[in-house]
Amino acid sequence: MSKYDDGGWNPYLAGALVGVLAILSVGITGQFLGASTTFVRVAAAVEQVVAPARVAENVYYQQTAARLDWQGMVLLGILIGAALAARQDRSFKSETVPPMWADRFGPNLWKRGAVAFIGGIFAMFGARLADGCPSGHGLSGMMQLSVSGFVSLTFFFVGGLIVANLIYRRKA
Amino acid sequence: MMNLFYGLLTGIVFGFLLQKGRVLRYEKQLGALRLIDMTIIKFMMSAILVGMVGIYAMTDLGMDVLRLKPTILGANMVGGILFGIGWGLFGLCPGTSIGALGEGRWHALFGIVGMLIGASLYAALHPWMMETVLTWGDFGKITLPGMLGINHWIVIVALIVGVVALFRWFEKIKL
Repeated sequence: MSKYDDGGWNPYLAGALVGVLAILSVGITGQFLGASTTFVRVAAAVEQVVAPARVAENVYYQQTAARLDWQGMVLLGILIGAALAARQDRSFKSETVPPMWADRFGPNLWKRGAVAFIGGIFAMFGARLADGCPSGHGLSGMMQLSVSGFVSLTFFFVGGLIVANLIYRRKA
Repeated sequence: MMNLFYGLLTGIVFGFLLQKGRVLRYEKQLGALRLIDMTIIKFMMSAILVGMVGIYAMTDLGMDVLRLKPTILGANMVGGILFGIGWGLFGLCPGTSIGALGEGRWHALFGIVGMLIGASLYAALHPWMMETVLTWGDFGKITLPGMLGINHWIVIVALIVGVVALFRWFEKIKL
Protein backbone atom coordinates (compact mmCIF):
# COMPACT_ATOMS: atom_id res chain seq x y z
CA MET A 1 0.00 0.00 0.00
CA SER A 2 1.38 3.36 -0.96
CA LYS A 3 0.87 6.48 1.16
CA TYR A 4 -1.86 7.69 -1.19
CA ASP A 5 -4.17 4.69 -0.65
CA ASP A 6 -7.55 4.90 1.06
CA GLY A 7 -8.93 1.41 0.69
CA GLY A 8 -11.19 0.51 -2.20
CA TRP A 9 -11.77 -2.86 -3.81
CA ASN A 10 -9.19 -5.37 -4.91
CA PRO A 11 -8.09 -4.03 -8.32
CA TYR A 12 -8.08 -7.54 -9.85
CA LEU A 13 -11.73 -8.00 -8.85
CA ALA A 14 -12.88 -4.53 -9.95
CA GLY A 15 -11.03 -4.98 -13.26
CA ALA A 16 -12.45 -8.47 -13.84
CA LEU A 17 -15.94 -7.05 -13.30
CA VAL A 18 -15.21 -4.44 -15.98
CA GLY A 19 -14.37 -7.39 -18.24
CA VAL A 20 -17.80 -8.90 -17.48
CA LEU A 21 -19.43 -5.51 -18.14
CA ALA A 22 -17.65 -5.30 -21.51
CA ILE A 23 -18.85 -8.81 -22.49
CA LEU A 24 -22.44 -7.94 -21.56
CA SER A 25 -22.28 -4.66 -23.46
CA VAL A 26 -20.90 -6.31 -26.59
CA GLY A 27 -23.35 -9.22 -26.33
CA ILE A 28 -26.44 -7.06 -25.75
CA THR A 29 -25.81 -3.87 -27.74
CA GLY A 30 -22.70 -4.70 -29.79
CA GLN A 31 -20.91 -1.69 -28.30
CA PHE A 32 -17.28 -1.67 -27.17
CA LEU A 33 -16.10 0.70 -24.43
CA GLY A 34 -14.36 3.85 -25.55
CA ALA A 35 -14.11 7.49 -24.52
CA SER A 36 -12.10 9.76 -26.79
CA THR A 37 -14.51 10.03 -29.77
CA THR A 38 -16.92 11.90 -27.52
CA PHE A 39 -14.35 14.66 -27.01
CA VAL A 40 -14.38 15.23 -30.78
CA ARG A 41 -18.18 15.45 -30.78
CA VAL A 42 -18.14 17.96 -27.91
CA ALA A 43 -15.38 20.00 -29.60
CA ALA A 44 -17.50 20.02 -32.78
CA ALA A 45 -20.52 21.23 -30.79
CA VAL A 46 -18.51 24.06 -29.21
CA GLU A 47 -16.96 25.09 -32.54
CA GLN A 48 -20.35 25.05 -34.22
CA VAL A 49 -21.26 28.01 -32.00
CA VAL A 50 -18.15 30.08 -32.75
CA ALA A 51 -17.25 28.99 -36.31
CA PRO A 52 -20.10 26.99 -37.96
CA ALA A 53 -18.63 27.26 -41.47
CA ARG A 54 -15.34 25.76 -40.33
CA VAL A 55 -17.10 22.75 -38.78
CA ALA A 56 -19.29 22.20 -41.86
CA GLU A 57 -16.31 21.93 -44.19
CA ASN A 58 -14.06 19.90 -41.88
CA VAL A 59 -13.74 16.26 -43.05
CA TYR A 60 -13.07 14.95 -39.56
CA TYR A 61 -16.13 16.62 -38.06
CA GLN A 62 -18.23 15.30 -40.94
CA GLN A 63 -17.43 11.73 -39.91
CA THR A 64 -17.57 12.49 -36.17
CA ALA A 65 -20.36 15.05 -35.88
CA ALA A 66 -21.73 16.82 -32.82
CA ARG A 67 -24.35 14.45 -31.49
CA LEU A 68 -25.13 12.54 -28.34
CA ASP A 69 -24.59 8.82 -28.91
CA TRP A 70 -24.04 5.64 -26.89
CA GLN A 71 -20.46 6.60 -25.96
CA GLY A 72 -21.47 10.11 -24.85
CA MET A 73 -23.98 8.52 -22.48
CA VAL A 74 -21.24 6.19 -21.17
CA LEU A 75 -19.14 9.23 -20.20
CA LEU A 76 -22.12 10.81 -18.46
CA GLY A 77 -22.65 7.48 -16.71
CA ILE A 78 -19.00 7.32 -15.61
CA LEU A 79 -19.44 10.70 -13.92
CA ILE A 80 -22.56 9.48 -12.09
CA GLY A 81 -21.17 6.01 -11.27
CA ALA A 82 -17.93 7.43 -9.83
CA ALA A 83 -19.89 9.96 -7.76
CA LEU A 84 -22.17 7.19 -6.40
CA ALA A 85 -19.23 4.94 -5.53
CA ALA A 86 -17.35 7.79 -3.83
CA ARG A 87 -20.44 8.75 -1.87
CA GLN A 88 -21.11 5.16 -0.83
CA ASP A 89 -17.71 4.68 0.85
CA ARG A 90 -17.12 8.34 1.68
CA SER A 91 -14.02 8.61 -0.48
CA PHE A 92 -15.33 11.73 -2.25
CA LYS A 93 -12.71 14.41 -1.74
CA SER A 94 -12.73 17.97 -3.01
CA GLU A 95 -9.21 18.17 -4.41
CA THR A 96 -7.73 21.03 -6.43
CA VAL A 97 -4.15 19.70 -6.71
CA PRO A 98 -3.26 15.97 -6.63
CA PRO A 99 -1.33 15.13 -3.40
CA MET A 100 1.53 13.41 -5.25
CA TRP A 101 1.98 16.47 -7.46
CA ALA A 102 1.81 18.81 -4.43
CA ASP A 103 4.47 16.77 -2.58
CA ARG A 104 6.89 17.31 -5.45
CA PHE A 105 5.91 20.61 -7.11
CA GLY A 106 3.97 22.47 -4.41
CA PRO A 107 0.30 23.38 -3.97
CA ASN A 108 0.10 26.06 -6.69
CA LEU A 109 -3.14 25.49 -8.58
CA TRP A 110 -2.10 27.31 -11.74
CA LYS A 111 1.19 25.51 -12.09
CA ARG A 112 -0.65 22.18 -11.88
CA GLY A 113 -3.43 23.50 -14.12
CA ALA A 114 -1.05 24.64 -16.86
CA VAL A 115 0.76 21.28 -16.99
CA ALA A 116 -2.53 19.34 -16.98
CA PHE A 117 -3.94 21.59 -19.71
CA ILE A 118 -0.94 21.08 -21.99
CA GLY A 119 -0.99 17.38 -21.17
CA GLY A 120 -4.66 17.23 -22.16
CA ILE A 121 -3.92 18.79 -25.56
CA PHE A 122 -1.16 16.25 -26.30
CA ALA A 123 -3.20 13.32 -24.97
CA MET A 124 -6.29 13.96 -27.08
CA PHE A 125 -4.33 14.87 -30.21
CA GLY A 126 -2.43 11.61 -29.84
CA ALA A 127 -5.56 9.58 -29.06
CA ARG A 128 -7.30 10.84 -32.19
CA LEU A 129 -4.26 10.18 -34.35
CA ALA A 130 -3.91 6.68 -32.90
CA ASP A 131 -7.70 6.27 -33.22
CA GLY A 132 -8.26 5.38 -29.57
CA CYS A 133 -7.38 5.87 -25.90
CA PRO A 134 -6.70 3.37 -23.08
CA SER A 135 -10.41 2.42 -23.22
CA GLY A 136 -10.87 2.05 -26.97
CA HIS A 137 -7.42 0.68 -27.80
CA GLY A 138 -6.37 -0.64 -24.40
CA LEU A 139 -9.46 -2.41 -23.07
CA SER A 140 -11.57 -2.93 -26.20
CA GLY A 141 -8.72 -3.37 -28.68
CA MET A 142 -6.77 -5.86 -26.60
CA MET A 143 -9.90 -7.84 -25.68
CA GLN A 144 -10.33 -8.42 -29.41
CA LEU A 145 -6.62 -9.26 -29.75
CA SER A 146 -6.35 -6.41 -32.25
CA VAL A 147 -2.77 -5.64 -33.26
CA SER A 148 -3.62 -1.90 -33.15
CA GLY A 149 -4.53 -2.30 -29.46
CA PHE A 150 -1.24 -3.97 -28.53
CA VAL A 151 0.84 -1.44 -30.47
CA SER A 152 -1.03 1.64 -29.22
CA LEU A 153 -1.12 0.60 -25.56
CA THR A 154 2.61 -0.16 -25.67
CA PHE A 155 3.33 3.30 -27.05
CA PHE A 156 0.96 4.99 -24.57
CA PHE A 157 3.16 3.53 -21.84
CA VAL A 158 6.43 4.33 -23.59
CA GLY A 159 5.46 8.03 -23.85
CA GLY A 160 4.03 8.08 -20.33
CA LEU A 161 6.99 6.33 -18.71
CA ILE A 162 9.47 8.74 -20.29
CA VAL A 163 7.57 11.90 -19.31
CA ALA A 164 6.61 10.76 -15.80
CA ASN A 165 10.18 9.76 -14.99
CA LEU A 166 11.59 12.98 -16.46
CA ILE A 167 9.33 15.28 -14.46
CA TYR A 168 9.68 13.32 -11.21
CA ARG A 169 13.43 12.81 -11.63
CA ARG A 170 15.36 13.45 -8.42
CA LYS A 171 17.38 16.62 -8.56
CA ALA A 172 21.09 15.85 -8.90
CA MET B 1 -33.29 5.66 -27.51
CA MET B 2 -32.77 2.23 -25.93
CA ASN B 3 -29.17 2.46 -27.10
CA LEU B 4 -28.65 5.70 -25.15
CA PHE B 5 -30.20 4.13 -22.07
CA TYR B 6 -27.84 1.14 -22.29
CA GLY B 7 -24.95 3.58 -22.70
CA LEU B 8 -25.89 5.42 -19.52
CA LEU B 9 -26.30 2.16 -17.59
CA THR B 10 -22.97 0.81 -18.87
CA GLY B 11 -21.28 4.07 -17.94
CA ILE B 12 -22.70 4.10 -14.42
CA VAL B 13 -21.41 0.57 -13.73
CA PHE B 14 -18.08 1.35 -15.42
CA GLY B 15 -17.65 4.56 -13.39
CA PHE B 16 -18.60 2.76 -10.18
CA LEU B 17 -15.98 0.05 -10.80
CA LEU B 18 -13.29 2.55 -11.86
CA GLN B 19 -13.85 4.44 -8.62
CA LYS B 20 -13.91 1.29 -6.45
CA GLY B 21 -10.73 0.07 -8.12
CA ARG B 22 -9.27 3.51 -7.22
CA VAL B 23 -7.91 3.98 -10.71
CA LEU B 24 -9.40 7.46 -11.15
CA ARG B 25 -6.56 8.97 -9.11
CA TYR B 26 -3.62 10.93 -10.47
CA GLU B 27 -1.51 9.05 -7.86
CA LYS B 28 -2.49 5.66 -9.32
CA GLN B 29 -1.85 6.63 -12.93
CA LEU B 30 1.47 8.32 -12.23
CA GLY B 31 2.22 5.48 -9.80
CA ALA B 32 2.16 3.05 -12.72
CA LEU B 33 4.16 5.36 -15.00
CA ARG B 34 6.76 5.88 -12.25
CA LEU B 35 6.76 2.09 -11.66
CA ILE B 36 5.85 2.39 -7.97
CA ASP B 37 2.19 1.29 -7.91
CA MET B 38 0.76 -1.17 -10.44
CA THR B 39 -2.93 -0.81 -9.47
CA ILE B 40 -4.05 0.43 -12.89
CA ILE B 41 -2.15 -2.34 -14.68
CA LYS B 42 -3.79 -4.98 -12.45
CA PHE B 43 -7.20 -3.44 -13.08
CA MET B 44 -6.78 -3.04 -16.81
CA MET B 45 -5.18 -6.40 -17.53
CA SER B 46 -7.81 -8.22 -15.41
CA ALA B 47 -10.55 -6.58 -17.49
CA ILE B 48 -8.77 -7.56 -20.72
CA LEU B 49 -8.23 -11.20 -19.69
CA VAL B 50 -11.88 -11.70 -18.72
CA GLY B 51 -13.14 -9.71 -21.69
CA MET B 52 -11.15 -11.55 -24.34
CA VAL B 53 -12.40 -14.96 -23.18
CA GLY B 54 -16.01 -13.75 -23.43
CA ILE B 55 -15.57 -11.93 -26.72
CA TYR B 56 -13.94 -14.92 -28.44
CA ALA B 57 -16.44 -17.37 -26.91
CA MET B 58 -19.14 -15.26 -28.60
CA THR B 59 -17.36 -15.29 -31.96
CA ASP B 60 -17.00 -19.09 -31.67
CA LEU B 61 -20.77 -19.26 -31.15
CA GLY B 62 -21.12 -17.54 -34.50
CA MET B 63 -21.85 -14.02 -33.23
CA ASP B 64 -20.41 -11.19 -35.33
CA VAL B 65 -19.09 -9.11 -32.44
CA LEU B 66 -15.56 -8.07 -33.44
CA ARG B 67 -15.24 -4.35 -34.23
CA LEU B 68 -11.52 -4.02 -34.98
CA LYS B 69 -9.77 -0.71 -35.40
CA PRO B 70 -7.34 -0.75 -38.34
CA THR B 71 -3.70 -1.27 -37.51
CA ILE B 72 -1.77 1.68 -38.96
CA LEU B 73 1.67 1.43 -37.41
CA GLY B 74 2.58 5.10 -38.06
CA ALA B 75 -0.63 6.39 -36.47
CA ASN B 76 -0.65 3.89 -33.60
CA MET B 77 2.99 4.62 -32.75
CA VAL B 78 3.16 8.41 -33.28
CA GLY B 79 -0.31 8.95 -31.84
CA GLY B 80 0.51 6.52 -29.04
CA ILE B 81 3.68 8.37 -28.05
CA LEU B 82 1.91 11.75 -28.17
CA PHE B 83 -0.90 10.37 -26.04
CA GLY B 84 1.65 8.98 -23.60
CA ILE B 85 3.44 12.33 -23.29
CA GLY B 86 0.13 14.03 -22.54
CA TRP B 87 -0.90 11.28 -20.14
CA GLY B 88 2.34 11.65 -18.16
CA LEU B 89 1.72 15.41 -17.84
CA PHE B 90 -2.01 15.29 -17.14
CA GLY B 91 -2.04 12.06 -15.12
CA LEU B 92 -5.52 10.99 -16.27
CA CYS B 93 -6.89 9.60 -19.54
CA PRO B 94 -10.12 10.57 -21.35
CA GLY B 95 -12.40 8.12 -19.53
CA THR B 96 -10.84 8.41 -16.08
CA SER B 97 -10.74 12.23 -16.19
CA ILE B 98 -14.55 12.29 -16.25
CA GLY B 99 -14.71 9.79 -13.38
CA ALA B 100 -12.14 11.81 -11.41
CA LEU B 101 -14.51 14.79 -11.55
CA GLY B 102 -17.24 12.54 -10.13
CA GLU B 103 -15.17 11.88 -7.02
CA GLY B 104 -14.26 15.54 -6.50
CA ARG B 105 -10.89 15.76 -8.23
CA TRP B 106 -11.65 19.17 -9.74
CA HIS B 107 -8.13 19.55 -11.19
CA ALA B 108 -9.22 17.11 -13.91
CA LEU B 109 -11.09 20.03 -15.50
CA PHE B 110 -7.83 21.65 -16.71
CA GLY B 111 -6.95 18.52 -18.64
CA ILE B 112 -10.51 18.05 -19.92
CA VAL B 113 -10.46 21.55 -21.44
CA GLY B 114 -7.02 20.76 -22.88
CA MET B 115 -8.38 17.54 -24.39
CA LEU B 116 -11.22 19.41 -26.11
CA ILE B 117 -8.65 21.75 -27.63
CA GLY B 118 -6.53 18.75 -28.62
CA ALA B 119 -9.56 17.22 -30.38
CA SER B 120 -10.19 20.46 -32.26
CA LEU B 121 -6.53 20.75 -33.21
CA TYR B 122 -6.56 17.19 -34.52
CA ALA B 123 -9.72 17.83 -36.55
CA ALA B 124 -7.94 20.76 -38.21
CA LEU B 125 -4.83 18.70 -39.01
CA HIS B 126 -6.61 15.47 -39.98
CA PRO B 127 -6.49 16.12 -43.76
CA TRP B 128 -2.71 16.47 -43.55
CA MET B 129 -2.44 13.33 -41.37
CA MET B 130 -4.43 11.40 -43.97
CA GLU B 131 -1.72 12.07 -46.52
CA THR B 132 1.16 11.31 -44.16
CA VAL B 133 1.08 9.44 -40.83
CA LEU B 134 -2.18 7.62 -41.60
CA THR B 135 -0.57 5.99 -44.65
CA TRP B 136 2.53 4.69 -42.85
CA GLY B 137 2.33 0.94 -42.29
CA ASP B 138 -1.39 0.40 -42.93
CA PHE B 139 -2.17 -3.29 -42.34
CA GLY B 140 -5.95 -2.95 -42.07
CA LYS B 141 -8.04 -4.75 -39.46
CA ILE B 142 -5.77 -7.49 -38.16
CA THR B 143 -5.63 -9.54 -34.97
CA LEU B 144 -2.66 -11.12 -33.25
CA PRO B 145 -3.82 -14.74 -33.91
CA GLY B 146 -4.64 -13.82 -37.52
CA MET B 147 -1.18 -12.34 -38.00
CA LEU B 148 0.52 -15.36 -36.41
CA GLY B 149 -1.74 -17.76 -38.30
CA ILE B 150 -2.74 -19.68 -35.16
CA ASN B 151 -5.99 -20.38 -33.30
CA HIS B 152 -7.12 -17.51 -31.07
CA TRP B 153 -7.34 -19.73 -27.98
CA ILE B 154 -3.60 -20.40 -28.14
CA VAL B 155 -2.98 -16.65 -27.95
CA ILE B 156 -5.58 -16.22 -25.21
CA VAL B 157 -4.11 -19.00 -23.03
CA ALA B 158 -0.58 -17.69 -23.59
CA LEU B 159 -1.67 -14.18 -22.58
CA ILE B 160 -3.46 -15.47 -19.46
CA VAL B 161 -0.39 -17.44 -18.38
CA GLY B 162 1.94 -14.49 -19.04
CA VAL B 163 -0.22 -11.88 -17.33
CA VAL B 164 -0.94 -14.07 -14.28
CA ALA B 165 2.82 -14.60 -13.92
CA LEU B 166 3.24 -10.82 -14.09
CA PHE B 167 0.55 -10.37 -11.40
CA ARG B 168 2.29 -12.90 -9.13
CA TRP B 169 5.55 -11.04 -9.60
CA PHE B 170 3.87 -7.70 -8.76
CA GLU B 171 2.52 -9.21 -5.52
CA LYS B 172 5.88 -10.78 -4.67
CA ILE B 173 7.77 -7.50 -4.97
CA LYS B 174 4.80 -5.56 -3.51
CA LEU B 175 4.21 -3.20 -6.42
